[in-house]
Amino acid sequence: MKQLWEKLSARYRYSWILLKELVKTDFKLRYEGSWLGVAWSVIKPLMLFAVMYVVFVRFLRVSDGSPTWPIVLLCGISLWNFFNEATTMGMQSVVSRGDLLRKINFPKYITVVAATIGSLISLAINMAVVIIFGFFSHAHYTWRIIFLPLNFAELYLMALGMALILATLFVWFRDLQHLWEVFMQVAFYATPIIYPLTMVTQMNPSNPKVGMTVQKLMLLSPPAQAIMDIRHNLLSPENVPTVWGSIHTWYIKIIPVILTAVIFLFGVYVFRKNSAKFAEVL
Amino acid sequence: MSNNPEIQNKDIVLSVKNVSKSFRLPTEQASGIKQALINWTRGIKGYREQNVLKDISFEVERGDFLGIVGRNGSGKSTLLKLISGIYTPDSGSIAYQGKLVPFIELGVGFNPELTGRENVFLNGAMLGFSRTEIEAMYDDIVSFAELEDFMDQKLKNYSSGMQVRLAFSLAIKAKGDILVLDEVLAVGDEAFQTKCNNFFTEIKKDPSKTVILVTHSMDSVKKYCNKAILIRDGRIVVNGDKNDAANLYTEDNLKSLQTDKHETNENPDKYPLGLNETVPYLKCVPTSEVVLSSQQNFEFDIEYEYTKNEDFDLAFSMLDMTRGGIPYDTGAIPMGRGGSGRHKRHFSLPLNIFNNGTYQITASLRKPDPKNPNETIRIGYTNEENVCSFSISEDAHGSDYALLKYDAVKLTQQ
Repeated sequence: MKQLWEKLSARYRYSWILLKELVKTDFKLRYEGSWLGVAWSVIKPLMLFAVMYVVFVRFLRVSDGSPTWPIVLLCGISLWNFFNEATTMGMQSVVSRGDLLRKINFPKYITVVAATIGSLISLAINMAVVIIFGFFSHAHYTWRIIFLPLNFAELYLMALGMALILATLFVWFRDLQHLWEVFMQVAFYATPIIYPLTMVTQMNPSNPKVGMTVQKLMLLSPPAQAIMDIRHNLLSPENVPTVWGSIHTWYIKIIPVILTAVIFLFGVYVFRKNSAKFAEVL
Repeated sequence: MSNNPEIQNKDIVLSVKNVSKSFRLPTEQASGIKQALINWTRGIKGYREQNVLKDISFEVERGDFLGIVGRNGSGKSTLLKLISGIYTPDSGSIAYQGKLVPFIELGVGFNPELTGRENVFLNGAMLGFSRTEIEAMYDDIVSFAELEDFMDQKLKNYSSGMQVRLAFSLAIKAKGDILVLDEVLAVGDEAFQTKCNNFFTEIKKDPSKTVILVTHSMDSVKKYCNKAILIRDGRIVVNGDKNDAANLYTEDNLKSLQTDKHETNENPDKYPLGLNETVPYLKCVPTSEVVLSSQQNFEFDIEYEYTKNEDFDLAFSMLDMTRGGIPYDTGAIPMGRGGSGRHKRHFSLPLNIFNNGTYQITASLRKPDPKNPNETIRIGYTNEENVCSFSISEDAHGSDYALLKYDAVKLTQQ
């Protein structure tokens, strides 16, 4: 066991050193030159929350009627922002560090991991804000939070897997940046984030079956499943439906988890297979 | 590509075996899905193969100071990138022992928004050194760069010289076993240069450090290296002897100067520069080696045609291309009467009073000035295409500095 550990640490020593430095540098540079500095990482989500709250809860009044809806909405937006940022930054990370890639040999996946971890740090700050707000917004904290590490791990692996695939493709096809932006916009509205899932169920009162089917399909997308799970387990077990409660056939239930695993493994495979050529293409 | 147990001999730290590398150069820009689709449907490959390195093999022993020389585009940098693991070879293998620290460029990953100190740690991490390891080297790096007072300043406030000094100090103070340097010499001011010079002289003596250096400076090759490789069009031409490599490199350059100019001659109908109806042809042609020692003579022919039936003279000068100036001129040499047809005259120029340098012979044909018997009028002269060049290249101490050897002048003291 000890030998295995030593072997692993020797193998990943360089990657680990480099990853730490890159993440640290990126974080330092993100708010470099601004007056408030790192404080922005807390202030910015707070301000965005305020805008979302006013627009969606006060004006548009899209709500499931439950008292927890505002905080569930904020949590969902934070999680989606993470997924969006991690995949977009991850996609660009290899190309934007092209200069480095051409001058020095290092494990290329470090650039993608560093970019996604940067987004993960933002998410952690946002989540801290959400949890604090939760105390004032009727959030119901229960024993279910023990599932959260699994849910976050799933969301992160999904984002990393996507980022690895996108980063590889982006080296050859720069069109992807625009395509992905549009795709993420579509996915955002196709995921029950700014509207409650109950709204989908009731969209065709004369034929409730249609609504039910659409709802189930929505929940089968891996980001939607993870986001709903996190909202359910963290904030509001009563008012947030999940794939586990909505679908009863077990082999359909696990589709999102399987998809996440497949995307992650495929991402690792594609990236590893092509990363040796990056320096020559860039 | 990594520490390899295959290397049996303990003293060989880097072994390159039959390495070839080719690149696909895109003929049409195919960095978009649309273009890729169009190319695919039309069956266009969209690129052509360029063989950059062909069957390269060499070995480096512990303590070696290896110079890699070659003209631009010969494949030196590609070879260095292969050694550093940035590219992977198409075929063949590269294996090394110990920690290899590559410097394809100085200050890779330097960020202008970070302080000098932060940049040292970041750059160090990229080379695979942990924080504690860099902390151990830190003072050494900073004092060598002479930047003690600036380390907490952002890099963007550094002068370019300061940035380069910091990067260079990092490069040479990094505790690696094999140092790979690509044309990074000659940075900083004169004092810093001297320091680097001393450093390289020292590292040359250190039997545990191995250095691989790509350079265009034959002086550095002769001064520091104990081995050299000359690459020409992706193949190793000289493997081992540093003087052979350096001399052949100089020769390659001189030759190319002449062939390049042939290709740029666009108006073959008109007389080229310096030539005319009276003097349609005038050319200096070397008949000996063009890289020589000062014990040898430079032998050359001056080929000419002077069409008018009148007396004319020949004069040639020797230009010092290294230091500037004209060290020698023959004055008018009477050539008799002209006539049709090409002729040539052979000359032998002793070099024993001259030091190292590159020299050029230019010639002109002249005729006496009817108005002024002491002067001659230049009728035709050699243009760039028709001159010839040679180099004196020796190892002796101080032979690069002055034009004349110290014993060329009989100095008297009182």
